[in-house]
Amino acid sequence: MTAPDVRRRAVGPGGRAPTGESGARLVHRLFVVRELGILLALVLLVGVTFAVNQRFLSAQNVKDLLLGSTILAILAVGQAIVIITRNVDLSVGSILGLSAFATGVLFVDNPGVPIPVAILVGTALGAACGAVNGGLIAAARVPALVVTLGTLYVFRGLDHTWATGRQINAADMPPAFLRMGTATVAGVPVLALVAVAVLVVAGYLLKHYRSGRELYAIGSDPDAARLSGIAVGRRVFFAFLASGALAGLAGVLYAARFGTVDANAGLGLELNVVAAVVVGGVAIFGGSGSVYGAALGAVLLTTIGSALPVLGVTPFWQRAAVGALILAAIGLDRALAVRMARRLRGGTTRGT
Amino acid sequence: MLPVLALTGVDKSFGAVAALRDARLELFTGEAHALVGENGAGKSTLVKILAGVHGPDAGQVLLDGAPVVFGNPGDARAAGIAVIYQEPTLFPDLSVAENIFMGRQPRRGLGRIDAAAMRARTSDLFARLGVRIDPDRPARGLSIADQQLVEIAKALSFDARVLVMDEPTAALSGVEVERLFAVARALRDDGAAILFISHRFDEVFALCQRVTVMRDGRWIVTDEIGNLTVEGVVRTMVGRDVSALFPKLATTPAEVRLEVEGLTRRGFFQDVSFTVRGGEIVALAGLVGAGRSEVARAIFGVDRYDAGEVRVDGRRLRPGDPPTAIAAGVALVPEDRRQQGLVMELSIERNATLPRRWALSRFGLLFGGSERRSAAQWARRLQVKAARNTDAVSTLSGGNQQKVVLAKWLSTAPRVLVIDEPTRGIDVGTKAEVHRLLSQLAAEGVAVLMVSSELPEVLGMADRVLVMHEGRLVADIPRGEADEENVMLAATGQREAAA
Repeated sequence: MTAPDVRRRAVGPGGRAPTGESGARLVHRLFVVRELGILLALVLLVGVTFAVNQRFLSAQNVKDLLLGSTILAILAVGQAIVIITRNVDLSVGSILGLSAFATGVLFVDNPGVPIPVAILVGTALGAACGAVNGGLIAAARVPALVVTLGTLYVFRGLDHTWATGRQINAADMPPAFLRMGTATVAGVPVLALVAVAVLVVAGYLLKHYRSGRELYAIGSDPDAARLSGIAVGRRVFFAFLASGALAGLAGVLYAARFGTVDANAGLGLELNVVAAVVVGGVAIFGGSGSVYGAALGAVLLTTIGSALPVLGVTPFWQRAAVGALILAAIGLDRALAVRMARRLRGGTTRGT
Repeated sequence: MLPVLALTGVDKSFGAVAALRDARLELFTGEAHALVGENGAGKSTLVKILAGVHGPDAGQVLLDGAPVVFGNPGDARAAGIAVIYQEPTLFPDLSVAENIFMGRQPRRGLGRIDAAAMRARTSDLFARLGVRIDPDRPARGLSIADQQLVEIAKALSFDARVLVMDEPTAALSGVEVERLFAVARALRDDGAAILFISHRFDEVFALCQRVTVMRDGRWIVTDEIGNLTVEGVVRTMVGRDVSALFPKLATTPAEVRLEVEGLTRRGFFQDVSFTVRGGEIVALAGLVGAGRSEVARAIFGVDRYDAGEVRVDGRRLRPGDPPTAIAAGVALVPEDRRQQGLVMELSIERNATLPRRWALSRFGLLFGGSERRSAAQWARRLQVKAARNTDAVSTLSGGNQQKVVLAKWLSTAPRVLVIDEPTRGIDVGTKAEVHRLLSQLAAEGVAVLMVSSELPEVLGMADRVLVMHEGRLVADIPRGEADEENVMLAATGQREAAA
C-alpha cells in the first residue's frame, strides 16, 4: 500500500503536468481522425470513380449526388442525436412517409397554402410522432428499440389507412414547391443547403450547450447521469422529439423532390439511416460520435450507391458493399478505441 | 443551533427487506461527522436518501430545520449537498473536466459552454487536491484511485454546504488520503458539514468530531469522538445477541478436501492460503471489498489468478476453468443469484437441473420426464414453496430462489461447496432453512466454504472463521474463540492474528 506513494509526486498549484497537453492533443486528433477517415474514404471513392468515368463529377451528377444525400443526411442527424443517448429510433422511415403524404394532402386540400406553412406542418407532424416515441420510452421505461419498432408499424399503418391506396402526383402540388426540390444556389441544391443548415445547428447545440452535452452523458452512463441530477427522461424525450421533427422535415423535402407520394414513401429507410450513423462513427451504445460524422456517413452511403454502377459493380454487390463498409467502420472504431486505451494507460495518468 | 441537515425517523424498505428503520442523523455546520456500522447496516441507503436517489418510506429529511423532499439527485444538489459515492459514477466517453462540471458547466454569451473556464477551474481543483490529471483526457482508462479523485474534485466544485463521502478512501494511497483530509478540514473550517463513512477507524478518529453508529438499519448512538475508543465503537457496531437460529450439527472433520495455497490475484487478493476439511463449515469473513468473493470466484475458476494453486482431494485444479472444477466436485453458489446463479426466465425444474443436463439426457436429447423427476425430488427436499415446478424462477421469493440455486448444485453431489452470502436478502424463516441445509450437507461430509458478511451467521454456522482485510487473510479463529469483537477487529485491520 505504501510503496507506490513514494513515486507519486504531486505538482504544486499552477504547475501543469507536462503530459497534460499530449492527452488533449490525442483526444483532439482522434476526433479529427474519426471524421477525417470517412472524408478520406469519400474522396478516395469519388477519385477512383472519377478516374474510371470523368462524367461522374459533372455538375449535374454532383448536384444529383448532393440531392440524393440530403434526405438521408437530415434523418442521420436526427438519428445520431438519439443514438448518442444510447437509444435508437426505428420509426423515422414511417414518420417521413406520414409527413410526405400529409404535405401532399395539405396542398390538394388547400391549393393556396404558403410553402413555409407546409414545411412547418410537416415538421410539427414529425415532432408529434417523435413525442409519442419519447413519451412512451420515458414514461413506460420500455427500450427504445421495441417502442420504435412498434411505432414503425403504427405510423406506417396510419399512413396506409389515410391514403387508402391514393397517390398524390406532381400535378397536385404547387409548381413553386416542386421547384424548391430542384432549385440551386450557385450550383448547390437548395435542399442540400437546408441539410447543411440543420447539420450546423445540431452540431453546434450538441457541442456548446449543456443540454447537448447532457445527451452524451446519458449515453455514456445513464445511471451516472441520473446521479448527476440530469433529467434523463426529459432529455431523451427531446432527443426523440428532435429526431421526429427532422424526419417530418425530411418528409416535406421528399414530397418536394419527388413530386409523387404514396403510402410507401420512405419504406425501409430506417436501416439506411442507422447504417449511415454507424458508418459515420457514432457509437451504437451511445456517448460518442458527432452529427457531422453521421451526415458524412449518409453522403458516403449515397455516393457508393451511384459510384458502384459507374465502376461496373453489379447492383447485387451494392448491398454487400454497404455491409462491408459498416463492418469496416466498426472495426476501425474498435481499433482506435484499443489504441487510445493503451496510450491513455501508458502515458497520461499521474505519477513518475 | 439547528442542524444544517437532519434525518428523523426514516424508514426505507426494498421489497421485503427493511434497509432503514427509524434512522436518525444530525449534521451541524463546521463538523465532520462519522457514520459507522457493519456491512448492511444501512449506511449507503442513508446516503442515497440524503442524495435524493431514494425517497424515505417514512420520516423526514430536514434542511435548516425545515422538512424537504428531494425528488431526484438534482434537488439535493441544488440544496447544496454533494455526495462522493462508494462506486465512481463517471462518464467514460467525456473529458475529465466535463465529468466534473456536467450539468453545471460555466457558460459565456448565449448560454454556450465556456470550455476554457471549465478547464481552468478543473486545473484549480486538481491543484487544490495536489493531483495531476489532464482535464481534457476522457475518463475512460483512469485508474480507480484517479476516478475517485475526479469524484472528489466534482464534489469540491459545488462549494457544498454538506459534503457526504461514502468510503472515499478505499482506493486511495496514504498521501492522497492526507490531501483529501486537508481539503475536507479546510471545507469544514469554512462552515461546511461533512459526513464521513469509513471502515478505517484511524481515519475516522483523525478527521471527525462526532460519530454515529448504525446497526441493522437503526440508529444506535451518536457521541463525541473524545468519549469513544475504537474497541467501544466496534462493540457498539456488532453488539447484539447471536440468535439461536443456526443449528450447526456437530461433525468430526474428516480429511482435507479443499486446499488453497498462496492464491494471488493482483489488485484483489494476495497470498491467500487455507484448507477446508470434509464435514467442516469454514466462514470467510471481512468487509465488503476485502476480496472474499474474488477468492471464492477464483477457487471455482470463474476468475483467473496470478499465482498459487487450488487442490481438491489433493488434485490440482486448472486455473480459470469452471468445468474442471465442477468435474472435481466443486460447486459455487454466487453472491448475486439473480444475475449469476439463475436463469430468471426459465422454470424451476430447468434451473435446478441445468448443471446436470448431460447426465439427465439420453443420446444427447433432454427428455422432460427425467428433468421433472429430479427437480421434484430436490424441490421436496429443500421445501421450495412454489405453485408448480414449471413456474419461472422470477416468480419466487428471494429465499425460494436461493433454495433453487442450492438444489441446482446439491443435485450434482458436490464434494466442496463454495457459497457466497448464502442468506442475503432472505427473510428470517427461510434463513434458518438455508442454514439447516448447509449444516446437513456438512454432516454428509461436504467441505463448505461460506463467504458471509453477517456476523451472527458466521459465528453461528462456522467451525472456523477466516478473516480477510484488504486482500489478505489476517486471522484464522476456531469456533470456540470466535466472537463478534475479535472478528470485527481483524476485519477492520485492528488486529493481526496468525493466518
